Amino acid sequence: MAINTDKNVYTVIFAGVMVIVVGSILAFLASGLSGRINENMRFEKQQNILYAMGVNENEDKGSVNFVPTDVVEDEFSQYITEQIVIKGDEIVENKEAYLIDMKKQLALAKKGETPELPLFIGEKDGKKFYVIPMYGKGLWDDIRGYIALDDKMIVQGVFFDHKGETPGLGANINQRYFMDDFSGESIMDGTRYAGINVAKGNNDPLNNDKEDNEVDALAGATITGNGVSAMIKETVNLYKDYLKTIRTN
Amino acid sequence: MALLSKKDANLIKDPLADNNPITIQVLGICSALAITAELKASVVMAVSVMFVLGLGNVVISLMRNIIPSKIRIIVQLIVVATLVIIVDQVLKAFAYELSKTLAVFVGLIITNCIIMGRFEAFALGNGPWRSFLDGIGNSLGYGIILVIVGFFRELLGSGTLFGIPVLGDPIEKTGLYSTGYENNGFMIIPPAALIVVGIIIWVQRSGNPALVEEN
Repeated sequence: MAINTDKNVYTVIFAGVMVIVVGSILAFLASGLSGRINENMRFEKQQNILYAMGVNENEDKGSVNFVPTDVVEDEFSQYITEQIVIKGDEIVENKEAYLIDMKKQLALAKKGETPELPLFIGEKDGKKFYVIPMYGKGLWDDIRGYIALDDKMIVQGVFFDHKGETPGLGANINQRYFMDDFSGESIMDGTRYAGINVAKGNNDPLNNDKEDNEVDALAGATITGNGVSAMIKETVNLYKDYLKTIRTN
Repeated sequence: MALLSKKDANLIKDPLADNNPITIQVLGICSALAITAELKASVVMAVSVMFVLGLGNVVISLMRNIIPSKIRIIVQLIVVATLVIIVDQVLKAFAYELSKTLAVFVGLIITNCIIMGRFEAFALGNGPWRSFLDGIGNSLGYGIILVIVGFFRELLGSGTLFGIPVLGDPIEKTGLYSTGYENNGFMIIPPAALIVVGIIIWVQRSGNPALVEEN
């Protein structure tokens, strides 16, 4: 071989060149595709919000089908009548509230600052839905979702998603058989804003009891399930003051 | 004329049985334990690994004469990470739904020891075509075990295959469940995979005593 690949100088030069080449490829790719990727992410948020309030294309009882991307913007502006941002006592309307990053707002709240909390008011078949974004931690990475409530604080639908939960176990929080269990549950325990617990061994696998603030957990996904419980609890807690103003029972 | 020479064909055949990455070389165990609770996840993982290993082996093989040996592991790591990120970004832009499904596998692919193992053991010393075949062969061998384990874990743990109920409804007590049969919750958790892999190793070695090491 003509090149002596064992030399230190060669090693350093190789490393340098490789970093530059790989870095430029990735940077080029990232900037070239960022437009499309951001658009896809925007659509996804709209799809998720609509999904939680029951605007979706679900057919059988197994699949999760969103509104298609080509019509999601129209449907979003049709069904979501108001997007508000709650900052302390202040409530302002904001057409781009759905783009607010909950992760940052929760971090602010933890530091004791006033977060900007987005909330989406939707209307479908004459019924009003209050859709709240959620964000939390699973076993490996972030989990997030949306919860749709009515004015009696009954869950009308949820959507969960995750970044890196274990496939086949915790990753199943975005499956119908888990998400559908939440519908009909109340987040209230008497007058307390209790949230909903993902409970192991609650002896109610069919989830007939909608008053117990519990849904059946996923086997083998304890930590992800606890993350979901904590996420709902934290969100309900943050939005409590606003929810008090809309609650009618 | 055969499509592949005998030597080349062995690159595909060997890892399927006598030199299987999981049961013989004991590589890639972590993902085999973690994601085989469902058949679908097993298949997705197997296909992803095939793609990355096939392509990565070719890239490493092409670079094999210019990679400085002192930093070869880092170079291999960068190659596999770059490949995975490129695929991830392209999917995010053009097939967003698919990218969501695959996102959870990305970390598992990069850290899969089979990939680094084949780079190190084969691609660094062989030409691109043979490295490609080796990559495909090893990922098939890996995939087969994943699918077998996934099959038993999903069937016995959830009574479904690819998410479709095959044993009846456990809650309504129809089909097999009417006889008192119950799903085995243990099969869903990762230790069950260890046992299934152990049984596969046992069956394989008793069928071919040449695989058993002498003490």
